[in-house]
Amino acid sequence: MTATVGQQAQAAARANDVWKVYGSGEAQVIALRGVSAEFERGRFTAIMGPSGSGKSTLMHCLAGLDSVTRGTVQIGETTVTGLGDAGLTKLRRDKVGFIFQQFNLLPTLTAKENILLPLSIAGRKPDPAWYDTVINTVGLRDRLDHRPAQLSGGQQQRVACARALVSRPEVIFADEPTGNLDSRSGAEVLGFLRNSVREHGQTIVMVTHDPTAAAYADRVVFLADGEIVSELIEPTAETVLDTMKKLDTPAEVGN
Amino acid sequence: MFRATLKSLLARKVRLILSGLAVVLGVMFVSGAFVLTDTLGRSFDSVFADGFSEIDVNVAAKPKVELNEMEGEQTSAPLPAALVDRVKQVPGVASATGIVNADGARVIGSNGKVVSSFGPPQLGENWTGESDLLQLREGRAPQAEDEIVINKSLATTAKVQVGQKVGVLTAFESKKRDFTLVGILGYSGDRDSIGGVNEVFFTTPVAQRLMLGQPDTFSSITVSAADGVSDEKLRDDVARTLGADFDVKTGEQVAADASASLKEGLSFFNKILLGFAAVALLVGTFLILNTFSIIVAQRTRELALMRAIGASGRQIIGSVVLEAIAVGLIASVLGLAAGIGVGALLAFLFGKLAGGLTLAGIGVPAAAVIGSFGVGLVITVVAALLPALRASRIPPIAAMQDVATPDRPLTKITVTGSVVTGIGAVLLFLGLSGNADGQTLPTILGGVLFAFIGVALLTPLISRPVVSLLGAIFSWSVPGKLGRLNSGRNPRRTAITAAALMVGIALVTGVTVILDSAKGSISALAQDTIKAELVIAGVQGGPRPPSFDPGVLDQAKALPGVQLVDGEYGDMARVDGESTWVAASSDVASLRQIFGAKATAGDIDRLGPTQMLASSDTATSRGWSVGSTVNVQLTRGEARTYTVSGIYESSQLTNPVTLPPAAAKDFAIPQPIQGFIQLAPGARVADVQPQVEALLADSPEVSVADRDAFIEQQTSSLDGLLTMIQILLALAIIIAVLGIINTLALSVLERTRELGLLRAIGLRRGQTMGMITVEAVVISVFGALLGVAVGTGLGAAVVEALKDEGITDLILPWGQMGLFLGLAAIIGVVAAVLPAIRAARINVLGAIAHD
Repeated sequence: MTATVGQQAQAAARANDVWKVYGSGEAQVIALRGVSAEFERGRFTAIMGPSGSGKSTLMHCLAGLDSVTRGTVQIGETTVTGLGDAGLTKLRRDKVGFIFQQFNLLPTLTAKENILLPLSIAGRKPDPAWYDTVINTVGLRDRLDHRPAQLSGGQQQRVACARALVSRPEVIFADEPTGNLDSRSGAEVLGFLRNSVREHGQTIVMVTHDPTAAAYADRVVFLADGEIVSELIEPTAETVLDTMKKLDTPAEVGN
Repeated sequence: MFRATLKSLLARKVRLILSGLAVVLGVMFVSGAFVLTDTLGRSFDSVFADGFSEIDVNVAAKPKVELNEMEGEQTSAPLPAALVDRVKQVPGVASATGIVNADGARVIGSNGKVVSSFGPPQLGENWTGESDLLQLREGRAPQAEDEIVINKSLATTAKVQVGQKVGVLTAFESKKRDFTLVGILGYSGDRDSIGGVNEVFFTTPVAQRLMLGQPDTFSSITVSAADGVSDEKLRDDVARTLGADFDVKTGEQVAADASASLKEGLSFFNKILLGFAAVALLVGTFLILNTFSIIVAQRTRELALMRAIGASGRQIIGSVVLEAIAVGLIASVLGLAAGIGVGALLAFLFGKLAGGLTLAGIGVPAAAVIGSFGVGLVITVVAALLPALRASRIPPIAAMQDVATPDRPLTKITVTGSVVTGIGAVLLFLGLSGNADGQTLPTILGGVLFAFIGVALLTPLISRPVVSLLGAIFSWSVPGKLGRLNSGRNPRRTAITAAALMVGIALVTGVTVILDSAKGSISALAQDTIKAELVIAGVQGGPRPPSFDPGVLDQAKALPGVQLVDGEYGDMARVDGESTWVAASSDVASLRQIFGAKATAGDIDRLGPTQMLASSDTATSRGWSVGSTVNVQLTRGEARTYTVSGIYESSQLTNPVTLPPAAAKDFAIPQPIQGFIQLAPGARVADVQPQVEALLADSPEVSVADRDAFIEQQTSSLDGLLTMIQILLALAIIIAVLGIINTLALSVLERTRELGLLRAIGLRRGQTMGMITVEAVVISVFGALLGVAVGTGLGAAVVEALKDEGITDLILPWGQMGLFLGLAAIIGVVAAVLPAIRAARINVLGAIAHD
């Protein structure tokens, strides 16, 4: 399925023939079967697929959170595969941002401190103009001194988005970012992610199983049984849903 | 429910091991103390049973001054030799032998130093022949005046051999006298000593003169029964013949009495050990309380689910308490076993130190078993009760939703803490001011306990500002800041962990404050008052203080440059029927000139042979004034009446009663135990000191030192005491360290997701470990700060209460306090090691991807 690659030079993240195998013998599970994909710079890509399709595994491997069994993963110019803990830590620090389903904010820190945390850890100062832009985009200016427990779910996720954006990473990986949100808060977060791609050229890779969420992306990659089976450019909720339905009946896939 | 409890217990065994360990250590202390004292007690029993095994009936004079174990060794008065013949004529007596047997025969080893027994007596005796118990190993019996036989272990320690000249100091001669060692003896069963006792045998006249101070006297008479006469009948017959002035006992009774007085000391020792065990267990209680609280908090969902499917609140309490019982039971068994080991080891070491005490078999007294299980179970269950109650209040709804545990307000706990601290303060005040109706010690201890619990309850409130202040030190780095925030995050948890450390540190600090103040006050007073440039004294190694030849006093007086010489004698006597410390000065003028005494009544510069002086405190409490007549019974001789001729102002250094120098010959130790030398103006210490040193060549128990060295030497016993207490309290601190490890480990477990996130956004492993370490250091330094503060408070309160006893200066051991804080920081770092490694190893993916 290497036909689905984009323009090589522009890739922010790339997987080359990635295999991921868990366990061994009878208990062996193959989560990824030779996946190759590129995620272009400045685009919003969604990875979709039914439960167990390997979409989360693919994202974890791309982000350097999980090791691959075979094949290589690159982020920008850096080959992720084979990096040790220190290298991976540096990679996550400098090149990758994360947004999680459970927000994962530190309860002891204020919203502002949470947003600036990756920069503080890396010992970098925020670019004030960019920081202002991010805060304005997520619309949290009057909530900056609140602790996570004092924020709604939508607000917490916007803090998490701001945290990912503020260090201007090569690529942001979002794992079901709207999974814990009601539809309105979810729409806000997605709209805001799309804007950051359109207006600021941020690269985002998002794993989701929600067709409405996927419709915010520029491109949707479909996984089934550990393989890339389809792709949509400029998707709408309807086209995504259609493709998903086809995936449920494997005989019709791939034509 | 029972099954579910056991399963959950097994699932969390690692967490419970740490808290269980605290109980194990505490219980170990308890059972160890019982095993040690029981083993030593039975060993003493068998030693004395052996020592008196050949005596059917023993006759001794009633002691003139009866003392209890705490007041010192009691010396019985000598018996006239003629009494032996009277005893022999009692029907049923097969033989009666006069025995000289008195403490104070000190052999000088080949290195020129006096051999110390470190506790057991050093007996000087008359040779009455070999027996089943006692056999010559080498040489022969003493026949001439200058011949002695000593026991094997003494010969070994002194490194002397048969045929050599051996110097001996005796009860009535603290000037070295040379004897020829003609024989070495051992005891049945191939033993070199019985219970570490050193024995020197002289010919009977020499023993009488040197050990009893009078010819033709004996310490006791050993009687053996004719065939067919029972010991008891013989005892009664002899007692009837001799009258009420004598103690007539069977050999068994003598052994039991001797053993009982030692056991009185042992039981006191046991109580002290149990006191330290109580401290360790108090700290352990904090630790268990904390562990169960955290476990309950972490199991909220699970417990709520149980409620949702029908478990009652009572069942929830039951399940938590059941867990506690299981932990307590296992910990008690382990603690008991460890205690038996420790007790046996200590008994072995004690036996070695006491010069070869043959240990009776290690036994486990019922008290050890009952104590261990009682204490282990009760402590664990009591500590788990609060968390169990909290668990039972978890609403079933908590199973369905993520109930964020809100910060419960601290009002209630703070109010309770204030009340409990207040009760503690009141009890302390009552106890220390002496208004506790004779319950002084329990009241003070209760006050300390309440104060600790009260402060522990107040700690959550204090922790916020203090922890954030402490943490500010680390805030320059991101991991430091995160660690600081984490330590302030759950004030209760931080507080109770810190409070556990507080207890140990507070006690150590308190004791240090008290002892340093005592030492400082006494030194200052001594430096202010004693106007003697040189002091003759020795370091006391056993129950008998070192003494020296009184002839030295006159010789020193004759040295050029010496103005005044005073030899101090002292003894416990019965003064108007009360046990009282009495002293005698060889030169009464020294009272004013060397010790700066001020007369408050009468004349204190002169003392006639029937006159005495008293300190103002003693005079007031006994109702004496100048002219009062006082009855004094000394260790030896008949009771005499003295007239009070002068009263001097009391100070920490004055003796209650000063008798004329002639009285000293009837003291238990009729030689001076300290000598003070005042130099003439212009004379130099460096010139006189070597000359005095030369005079002391035959008094090897003592040496001459300048005044400051003497004061330092006299107060140095307090340093030893302090070290002992610190070592015993170290256990409480070790348990507190376990508590910090436990709290951190549980926190790391609880924050897996957070740690994963931090790692995901770029926190390095080292930084992660740094974060955990900062949290630990902040908690432990906070605990130490609290401990130092509370300990200083307690110490200062005690010092204030002891003002009348002469502890006038409050001396705060800043150096030690700094040391404790530094130590706490190290403790924090050490405690953080394992949890930090665990945190650093957290799998980033696993931590954030679990759903």
